[in-house]
Amino acid sequence: MKKARISYNGSIHEANEWEGQLQLDDGRIVKQSEVVWLTPVEPRTVFALGLNYADHAAELAFDAPTEPLVFLKGPNTFIGHDAKTRRPSDVEYMHYECELAVVIGKTARHVKKEDAYQYIKGYSVANDYAIRDYLENYYRPNLRVKNRDGCTPFGPWLVDASEIENPMNLKLTTHVNDQLVQEGTTADMIFDIPTLIEYLSGFMTLSENDVILTGTPKGSVDTAVGDVIVTEIVGIGRLVNTIIGDEVFTNR
Amino acid sequence: MIKAKMKLLGSNHFESIEVDPKNNTFTIGDQSFHTNDVQLDTPINGTVYGTLLNYKGALEQLGNQVHEKPYASPPKAPILYIKPVNTFNRQGEGIPIPPDVKHLEIGASLGIVIGMKAGALNEETAVNYIAGYTIGNDISIPHESLFRPAVSYKARDGFCPIGPWIVEKNQIHDPDNLTIRVYINNELKQENSTINLIRKVSQLLVDVTEFMSLNPGDVLLTGIPENAPLAKIGDKVRIEIEGVGSLENVIVEEQSFIWRGAQ
Repeated sequence: MKKARISYNGSIHEANEWEGQLQLDDGRIVKQSEVVWLTPVEPRTVFALGLNYADHAAELAFDAPTEPLVFLKGPNTFIGHDAKTRRPSDVEYMHYECELAVVIGKTARHVKKEDAYQYIKGYSVANDYAIRDYLENYYRPNLRVKNRDGCTPFGPWLVDASEIENPMNLKLTTHVNDQLVQEGTTADMIFDIPTLIEYLSGFMTLSENDVILTGTPKGSVDTAVGDVIVTEIVGIGRLVNTIIGDEVFTNR
Repeated sequence: MIKAKMKLLGSNHFESIEVDPKNNTFTIGDQSFHTNDVQLDTPINGTVYGTLLNYKGALEQLGNQVHEKPYASPPKAPILYIKPVNTFNRQGEGIPIPPDVKHLEIGASLGIVIGMKAGALNEETAVNYIAGYTIGNDISIPHESLFRPAVSYKARDGFCPIGPWIVEKNQIHDPDNLTIRVYINNELKQENSTINLIRKVSQLLVDVTEFMSLNPGDVLLTGIPENAPLAKIGDKVRIEIEGVGSLENVIVEEQSFIWRGAQ
């Protein structure tokens, strides 16, 4: 089942996909274009992986890591499907990153790889934008690059784990203004999902609605104000985001 | 007496209290308690952010390294990290030390508690967005390199005692001039002052909210002074911040530590 959290007619609802439309938790059927999409879960702790695809690591001139490169993201950075993300006027390189998002379903502590899938509630898509102008070599990638307001679109759906036969073999693509710019498969992850759950739960407790953003393959290019960015994972969802400029922000 | 807010363990709401930060006592109505008499909860519901290298002495200790690989240049914008919710810990609770680790680094930090949604602040009005101040013990497993995020060193369960309460903003005359002391087994191990912050409280809020907004209830830890003391299993750790109070915890075996939030 594909589930969403949306705002419609002044209140927040859970919804299911219903023949291309949405069935709200109060029974109403509405068009997908009539709702405001919220993130499919309210994320608790969010982990993101850097350099978790060998081709992307090479593209950024790094050797593939020997231990997962993990950083954390705060709630300010998440926005839903079909939203707008700010590109500051002074930056030269802001790129998308299409990523498979893994949503944890229950408390996980010292989980072994072979048991890891039991702890997954479902999957979604995230676009983990980065603004490379702000990179610094302390706790890199630093939060100024990776934790900006609205810079992590997440959604549209939470797809139940039982519906995805093999999450380690899903095709990812990114299109900018309908042009294909990024293409890869989750089969190319350096640290696969069970390994990541074993690694993280080995030193800290994971809980329901913790989210792991599993990294992005190669194909990062700059984006411009007005660009429509579509990050898509086959069988999981198609996440749309539009880049906007500083002009609409009166305090910038 | 000083106005503050606290949360009792098991309670969902904040209680307005008056505290004596020197003796760590407080009164509710006409009844008086010591922090050891009651079970206080972490007085925080939001996201906790730590700030790296925000003490002059801490940056100075890196010396020329800041110009060398891998850092290449001194930090420009504030370098933040997140202490996620599994790290939250409370006054009086044990801090778990992993079996293969000898010492934990004690990170005494003044915490700014946010009162209103704060984005793109300016120096003149930044203080209006503060609800109050608290004490954070930003625990780390000692690590040398600051190049990559230190999640496995800093985000373990129970690695961020906070409290014992939130002192209301207007009760602190000058947050940029507060003495911070760390005692281990009642012996003074570290003394510093927020006067040595590179980015003072208002400046830090301005520079952080330039790139990310803070929500009501979030905490911005202002930084850890240089020469953070080490503690081993069984050690009693007390952080005192002038005008705010003191936060006390004991280092315990990881196996014996049951993280209350996951129960």
